[in-house]
Amino acid sequence: MLSAGMLKKPAEQSAKLNMPRQRMPEQDPLERITNFQEVPYGYTEELAVIEAFRCLQCKDPKCVKGCPVHVNIPWFIGLIAEGKFIEAAWKLKETNLLPSICGRVCRQEDQCEKLCIRGKSGQPVSIGALERFAADYEREKATATFPEIPAWTGRKVAVAGSGPAGLTVAGDLVKKGHRVTIFEALHVPGGVLMYGIPEFRLPKNIVAAEIDYLKKMGVEFEFNAVIGKLFTIDDLFTEGYDAVFVGTGAGLPIFMDIPGENLVGVYSSNEYLTRVNLMQAYKFPEYDTPVLRGSKVVVVGGGNTALDASRTARRLCYEDVTVVYRRSRDELPARKEEIQHAEEEGVKFQFFTAPTRFIGDHEGRLIKAELVRMELSEPDESGRRRPLPVDGSEFQIDADIVIIAVGNLINPLIQHTSPDIEVSRCGNIIVEPSTEKTSKKGVFAGGDIVRGGATVILAMGDGRKAANNIHEYLTNSSW
Amino acid sequence: MFEIIEKKRLSPTVALFRIKAPRIALKRKAGQFIMLRLNEYGERIPLTLVDSDTVEGTITVISQEVGKTTGILGALEKGGAILDVVGPLGKPTHIEHFGTAVCIGGGIGIAPVYPISSALKKAGNTVISIIGARSKELLILEEEMQQISDQIYVTTDDGSYGHHGFVTQILQRLIDEETTIDIVFAIGPLSMMRAVCKLTRQYALPTFVSLNPIMVDGTGMCGACRVTVAGKNMFACVDGPEFNGHDVDFEELIRRNRGYFKEEKMAMEELTYHEGPRCYQQEC
Repeated sequence: MLSAGMLKKPAEQSAKLNMPRQRMPEQDPLERITNFQEVPYGYTEELAVIEAFRCLQCKDPKCVKGCPVHVNIPWFIGLIAEGKFIEAAWKLKETNLLPSICGRVCRQEDQCEKLCIRGKSGQPVSIGALERFAADYEREKATATFPEIPAWTGRKVAVAGSGPAGLTVAGDLVKKGHRVTIFEALHVPGGVLMYGIPEFRLPKNIVAAEIDYLKKMGVEFEFNAVIGKLFTIDDLFTEGYDAVFVGTGAGLPIFMDIPGENLVGVYSSNEYLTRVNLMQAYKFPEYDTPVLRGSKVVVVGGGNTALDASRTARRLCYEDVTVVYRRSRDELPARKEEIQHAEEEGVKFQFFTAPTRFIGDHEGRLIKAELVRMELSEPDESGRRRPLPVDGSEFQIDADIVIIAVGNLINPLIQHTSPDIEVSRCGNIIVEPSTEKTSKKGVFAGGDIVRGGATVILAMGDGRKAANNIHEYLTNSSW
Repeated sequence: MFEIIEKKRLSPTVALFRIKAPRIALKRKAGQFIMLRLNEYGERIPLTLVDSDTVEGTITVISQEVGKTTGILGALEKGGAILDVVGPLGKPTHIEHFGTAVCIGGGIGIAPVYPISSALKKAGNTVISIIGARSKELLILEEEMQQISDQIYVTTDDGSYGHHGFVTQILQRLIDEETTIDIVFAIGPLSMMRAVCKLTRQYALPTFVSLNPIMVDGTGMCGACRVTVAGKNMFACVDGPEFNGHDVDFEELIRRNRGYFKEEKMAMEELTYHEGPRCYQQEC
């Protein structure tokens, strides 16, 4: 096995600096649009060691400050460089319970890798790919070790929602000796990791394996349990739970309120992705849930969800998939990596463009989308330039499927039955930022239900913070 | 797994299931529904909660075999099990003492109208029910409806039982006879609900309908069940399933519900190919 030890000083430092960032090998674009398998294959052992060797092992590592859960990045990378892959995974799991997920879907370029010192004059260390490598290596070798769980404290915690926030809360609290039950509305755990992010970006068996790890640590799950319907928050307290964490995400799709939005063939990104990812409609009719197939697809939006939907459509449809976005390419909120992958796969982009209406046939099936060119206004008071339609620039394109991916609102189910939890005008639960406490005693919240549409790792960061404060609350009972 | 405690065939294509689900039974209110998934390959479909028994911990649903999922469900027997059942979902019916309520159920729609009529009766209303089916053998829950109705009218499209004609004709007659009507609940095929609403709008009779659009998750997440109500997009799963019938865009919903016609046919062919004709077809 190759290890960093083979490269001795004094050449070591310059060798480190001269080493280019290693790319993960990937499935060929033409090949991968015919399947749903993951795009990057991940590092080989050799590539991982080379990449890990590029880390300068800073005394004051900036990367850690960029990580919402403060993974000890130089330490785990140092272990990889020494060929101690399993130990590297254990080190990761001390702070991050879901490393093979984060290694894949975190926006490292805006977080840890953005602050990496090597990025100042070149390419940062590929921290995400290394995280993924170590976690995958350990999972595949099935050497998972479990932290020692202290004796039961006698306290019980209910978690609503099994997405990234809820999973983190649960993992952290069982490690402290509390009993934790996660209530999930769907029939599988994982939340957005299961219904939202496609298989080719985050394989579902990996999500299942990470969740299985939590189960083995003692986290209990109740599926088909909609909080706000089957149980109210107060019911949970009555049933003997001492604290509740609400991590139910942002789950109410926004439509654009334009004509033709309810034609057959117009989907929310949530519906399109749920059909394909959660219900496995791409295997219809082996699986019972269908999804409409088409030849011309228009995706509205520019975030990761829009890109996930467009790349999914590319794998299901035969001709063209076009993403329309009302601002410029530079403003696309999606990850650079995803934009690149989408383009390689033949997804087309139309910038400064927005839909004005959708046109159907006599059966109410979508046949065309009418789009309009946009231009940026003069800066407003906040200095932001807003996209405005250019009069008379409307044009029509053929479309048999439109996927609207312009964001989500908050699902009001919990608020309906727990009016004592204070929410903002948009329906987000209001929490004390330093503790994740809501206005209701014993109830904490985090992730997208608080933030609106954000990221997996930010939800996990909230979960971590909430877990610490729930522990404190359970220990000294003061609110 | 959710065990089937009892199965009763109500008509050649309609069956009643009592399912063990004690927690849902505790919370169920008239007008609410469940989502179920039969097996690992299954789709999630909504079914109205017809009844519940908190002592026995059971819920009751009634399903008509119209596609693959309902076909497989229809073939399940007592002792069989359903993989996932989630509920109770949707807003409960607003029940109060209105005075006289006309409860109209068409075909399988009699199943959801029954718990509402029953709750209205308990709240002290005079219940006039009008139930209809294509023919006598397809009529369900007549006895149950009879028990909770002050007056009951039965119609069949083919005249094989009761009034020969449509539920709207009886409703028209009641209106013509100047019967006091304070509120109307109508549940059945979209075309029936549309016809009822067209009639009651003329007389400004408040009318509520329960909609059955295609759903995927049933908890507000996907928006598949959106319907235009008073010009606004509403999600039947969280904002409904009941709406003011005079505000519903039925034409749009009829078109949306046909959206997967081709795929539904394909799924049925696949099922017939692999498993042979469904048993309910043999029973006829």
